[in-house]
Amino acid sequence: MRVTQGAFSFLPDLTDQQIHEQVQYCIDKGWAVSLEYTDDPHPRNCYWEMWGHPMFDNPDAAALVYELNECRKAHGNEYIRVMAFDSSPGWESVRLSFIANRPAEEPGFELTRTEGAGRKQTYAIRAYATDRPEGSRYA
Amino acid sequence: MADGADVKETPRGRYSAGVMEYRKMGYWEPDYEPKDTDIIALFRITPQDGVDPVEAAAAVAGESSTATWTVVWTDRLTACEKYRAKAYRVDPVPNAEGQYFAYIAYDLDLFEPGSIANLTASIIGNVFGFKPLKALRLEDMRLPVAYVKTFQGPATGIVVERERLQVWGRPLLGATVKPKLGLSGRNYGRVVYEALKGGLDFTKDDENINSQPFMHWRDRFLYCMEAVNKAAAATGEVKGTYLNVTAATMEDMYERAEFAKELGSTIVMIDLVIGYTAIQSMAKWARRNDMILHLHRAGHSTYTRQRNHGVSFRVITKWMRLAGVDHIHAGTVVGKLEGDPATTRGFYDTCREDKVPMKLENGIFFDQDWASLNKLMPVASGGIHAGQMHQLIDHLGEDVVLQFGGGTIGHPQGIAAGATANRVALEAMIFARNAGRDYLAEGPAILAEAARTCTPLRQALDTWKDVTFDYASTDAPDFVPSATVS
Repeated sequence: MRVTQGAFSFLPDLTDQQIHEQVQYCIDKGWAVSLEYTDDPHPRNCYWEMWGHPMFDNPDAAALVYELNECRKAHGNEYIRVMAFDSSPGWESVRLSFIANRPAEEPGFELTRTEGAGRKQTYAIRAYATDRPEGSRYA
Repeated sequence: MADGADVKETPRGRYSAGVMEYRKMGYWEPDYEPKDTDIIALFRITPQDGVDPVEAAAAVAGESSTATWTVVWTDRLTACEKYRAKAYRVDPVPNAEGQYFAYIAYDLDLFEPGSIANLTASIIGNVFGFKPLKALRLEDMRLPVAYVKTFQGPATGIVVERERLQVWGRPLLGATVKPKLGLSGRNYGRVVYEALKGGLDFTKDDENINSQPFMHWRDRFLYCMEAVNKAAAATGEVKGTYLNVTAATMEDMYERAEFAKELGSTIVMIDLVIGYTAIQSMAKWARRNDMILHLHRAGHSTYTRQRNHGVSFRVITKWMRLAGVDHIHAGTVVGKLEGDPATTRGFYDTCREDKVPMKLENGIFFDQDWASLNKLMPVASGGIHAGQMHQLIDHLGEDVVLQFGGGTIGHPQGIAAGATANRVALEAMIFARNAGRDYLAEGPAILAEAARTCTPLRQALDTWKDVTFDYASTDAPDFVPSATVS
């Protein structure tokens, strides 16, 4: 399967040049860009690991693309996403997020059910990747 | 049309028993300077033949505040000058003979804090049937910060909704399940699953799906949540479906909403026809229960569409932002339902901006400060399809839910393919915009490029390429950008 989180997962995987364009768009808007990586792409796993802090005063997308390739060297078989943060009053949150790297194999998710009264079911979603301990998934 | 202040009556003359013109009773004050805390209403009045527009405006001020048809001595037991609404300005409507814009100011103390029911009981309670007027329309309102702050506002708001869904940088995508009536619960959930798995963020119950013989609400909720969870597992994304909890009583609505919560739904839905008090109750419930609250504006066109009579939808939008819903259908511009581009822009600004400046060409008559009340996510729904993606993003921006009902479910290769087509079209267009392309001019080319690697998009473009809804709008602004006011 293909995890389709982020703004551009339905497009073919982005080239570094395309990532550069999108990141420069964010920087030109005044947003701080950063990278986050994870081996647990659960839809509600909001805290991926930070690859350094957001680049608050960086004018050039090339710096982020450089860091992306550094991050790939360490976590190339995990998910890596680009985040752009907007500190404007009334927003103060993420403005853009897209996946910039994904593992070669994406095993997907298991949906478990616990039967309850009145046909009610309690659902849980679990990434198959988390079968293995953190750090050795997608090895 | 300030035709001078009327001679002030002496108290003895003012309060003698009998009938007196409203303008002489204190409801017309052309020199009045509205206070920062006043609520201001702008009415379009069409007086009966022979009725003076200033007297008509004063009558509207009177009948929407303290007046009755005759003088009453009991006014003198109150600070009556404070409680009288004051018409302070009457302008002819451009290019509309016999119609006038009347500005009326109301003291803050005329209203119960935090109650849309109370606000509307005054402002639109009696006056719309007033005989000396042929027609009356509430065009806009200025809501002072002091009053705005007495309301909860949207239970969740755009920013937190996005954080909960983890979707940023693109419009959200939805679809209303069709046919809107008749599907069994099991069949209904099939549509939800296919659409969400194919790439939509949300599916939606229609306004009149409640609990009917062909599908009772509990059955629908159970099948829909099976579909939502399966689709989340298939994609790795947070998915949702607007479970319509509209019902005959508050008790029924709370029961349905509680069940939706127990099942893990992120969102519930209500219809505008449940009424302002029920809407505010559900907004408070939604805030308490971390639930997004979708409002379907069912019924609004009965009073919003005609320009001479009723309540403008921009006013309904303001009331709904105060009342505390998170989503509101606000027009598509290019779809099948009423939606002049400039007027629709005014609605969208009212939903999403913290400060909305006066902009007559968009139908916005006042500066409006929302004082950090959450933002309300507009929803575009009704006769839109993937081939219009560049126009939709140009008109409606990024913080909007684009709902393609027929444009998803009517896809020749099925529902999931329809959803994928819409999602690919959306992502390709946002990508192109961010990359600096002139996406509006190049829209069709951008879609054609994306369709090269996406057969469902190719098929969608071929199927609906010639579909447009090009009719004259009935609710266009009265002012064009070059016009001067007053």
